[in-house]
Amino acid sequence: MTVRLAAGTRQQMLQHAYDCHPEEACGLLAGPVDGDVQRVFPTTNILHSSTNYTIDPKQHLAAIRAADQEGFEIVGVFHSHPHTVGYPSVTDVTLAPDPTWLYVLVGMEEYGSPTVRAFRISDGVITEEELEFEESMT
Amino acid sequence: MTTINLPTILRQHTGGAKKITASGRTVGEVFAAIGSEYPKLGEQLTSPDGGLPIFVNVFLDDEDIRYLDGLDTVVDENADITILPAVAGGR
Ligand SMILES: [Zn+2]
Repeated sequence: MTVRLAAGTRQQMLQHAYDCHPEEACGLLAGPVDGDVQRVFPTTNILHSSTNYTIDPKQHLAAIRAADQEGFEIVGVFHSHPHTVGYPSVTDVTLAPDPTWLYVLVGMEEYGSPTVRAFRISDGVITEEELEFEESMT
Repeated sequence: MTTINLPTILRQHTGGAKKITASGRTVGEVFAAIGSEYPKLGEQLTSPDGGLPIFVNVFLDDEDIRYLDGLDTVVDENADITILPAVAGGR
C-alpha cells in the first residue's frame, strides 16, 4: 500500500534530522486515521543521544491536542539514524508502540544524501511501505 | 466524572471509543473504575508492582502524573486525563 504525505513533510523531517545531528531526531506524524499524513510535529529527543531517542511526553501531549484541533490523530512517528541506514533497529521494533502507526526512518549513513523510508511494525514484523510525497501547490 | 482520552493503540479495548468517562478520587481510583468496565484496558494501565507501566504516560490536564503523586494524584471533577504511549527507539 502506498502512503501519501502532504507537501513539505519530507523537508520538515529532513530539516529536523539535520538540526539535531549528531543526535537522533524524532517527531510525530498526524493525519486522518487510514489517510494521508498531513502534519509533522518535530519533538525533542529527551535522551539527547546519537543512538537512542525518546519523545518528550509533554510535546507528545501538545501534538495530540494540535492534531485534535484539526480532526487528526497521531498516526506515526519519525526518527533519524544519524550515522546508519534508515531501517528499524531491534530496539525500534521492540519499543514500537502501535502496529497501526507509520514508522518513518531518516537514514543519514551518507550525510549529504539522506534516505526517507517508512515501515509498519506489527508483532515484531517489519513491512516497508511505499511513500508518495505530494507536490507543493505553491 | 473524569474524561479519559485514549491513544489509538488502546481504543481496541473500548470498542473504538476515543474518549471514555470514569469516576474516582485519585488517578488510581479512576483506573480501577476503568478496569471494571474495560478489563483489557485496565490491564494495560497496571504494572505487576501496582504502579504505572513504564511504557505509558499519563497526564492530568497538562501535568505528567509521574511528577505529581503518580496514581495517588487527586483528580479534580473537571480535570481531563490523557493517556499516551511512550514513544522511543534506538539505533
Ligand atoms: Zn531507530
